Amino acid sequence: MKKTFAGLTALVLAGAVASTTFAHLAHADTAVEAALKARQSHMQLYAFNIGLLGGMAKGEIDYNADAASAAATNLAALAKLDQSRYWPEGSSTLDLSPDQTAALPDIWDDDSEIGAKAMALVEATAAMESAAGNGLDSLRGAIGAVGESCGGCHKPYRQSDD
Amino acid sequence: MYNALRYIVILALIGMAAFWVVTRPERVDEARIAQLAPDAARGEAVFWAAGCAACHAAPEAEDEERRVLSGGMAFPSPFGTFHAPNISPDPDHGIGGWSVTDLANAMLHGTAPDGAHYYPAFPYASYARATLSDVGDLHAYLMTLPASDTPDRAHDVGFPFNIRRSLGGWKMLFTHDDWIVPVSGERLERGRYLVEALGHCGECHTPRNALGGLDYTRWLQGAPSPDGKGRVPGLTPDKLDWSETDIAAYLSTGFTPEYDVAGGLMTDVIKNLSHLPEDDLRAIAAYLKAVPPAS
Repeated sequence: MKKTFAGLTALVLAGAVASTTFAHLAHADTAVEAALKARQSHMQLYAFNIGLLGGMAKGEIDYNADAASAAATNLAALAKLDQSRYWPEGSSTLDLSPDQTAALPDIWDDDSEIGAKAMALVEATAAMESAAGNGLDSLRGAIGAVGESCGGCHKPYRQSDD
Repeated sequence: MYNALRYIVILALIGMAAFWVVTRPERVDEARIAQLAPDAARGEAVFWAAGCAACHAAPEAEDEERRVLSGGMAFPSPFGTFHAPNISPDPDHGIGGWSVTDLANAMLHGTAPDGAHYYPAFPYASYARATLSDVGDLHAYLMTLPASDTPDRAHDVGFPFNIRRSLGGWKMLFTHDDWIVPVSGERLERGRYLVEALGHCGECHTPRNALGGLDYTRWLQGAPSPDGKGRVPGLTPDKLDWSETDIAAYLSTGFTPEYDVAGGLMTDVIKNLSHLPEDDLRAIAAYLKAVPPAS
């Protein structure tokens, strides 16, 4: 069950079939392969923690201040991790294939705003970390900004899977 | 011979007269405008529901900048590239000089103050279903926003689509202000109003025919992306199987049930819809469940 969930999440998150198509990676550089795995796994960890907060916001999971705080703290910590080695040159969807990654080459452009976008996620998740334990309304007030900061990066830098 | 020529001339004149009548711009009834009591606070809710900022804010605008409607976003399409104009209250470069009547003619009939037809990149095919009082409120709100002196950029549209007069025929063929899905009850009707009128969801999520008219028989069944890249997903119950709660949460936060996030232009749509009250988002979700599935 857990494995299925993880597989589904990776599929949706990366816009690419991650776990079932690693055969396609045979020709890819091992370091690039490891970086893809790392960044897609990192996205899963975001989704896993946001899943609890989002479930509470929707009313599908009973609100619990301690659990919400713990998930929000994880999320804020994840946002702050140094990801520079996750994104080596030559690991865009054009360099590899849409099956492997949805990362657009614009990420690596000289005028890329990826740093600013990442900071927006750090700020939104820090706000969630302060808000999540202070009641359901407080959590619900913070979750929109988290979603917006995720979209802030996915819109310009992820190949749409539609 | 002379007689034949005369018939041809008469037929041509009748044809031209018919063209002139069919392509004549429509306008709202001034008497109805006079009865409105526009309210800027209510107009802000209309502004977010109608998604004005998604196209008329400067590209890349964030947060408060999204209320500066300087225009500039480009819309590639099979007919050419359209550029969203400045609709800030600047009297020279925006719509500061517009009356409520001017805005109502634009939104409900696709008619410019000088009588020209707007291109349907401006979603008047949907706004035509909006209430006149919402247009009045929206006008009041738009006039409170910051002015911008960014000049408009001309549309890049080739022959024959650059003949605006012919859009009158397009409007007659492809636009109407009837509801598309029959529903009853306050909640579903509210959802329908938000989707079919203000939210103009069908403009991207419904396929178009060869002339760019919406195919109402395939309402919200998904369509190729207008820029030619990828597809806009279908929203009918056979395609979108999320619960009403999931749909409302997505429209408010951008998170899918799997906690992925919206991509593409939908990111901007959510920046608008997240300002709506939860009841409205749930009404949208309820309406989507009532749309006929693709057969």
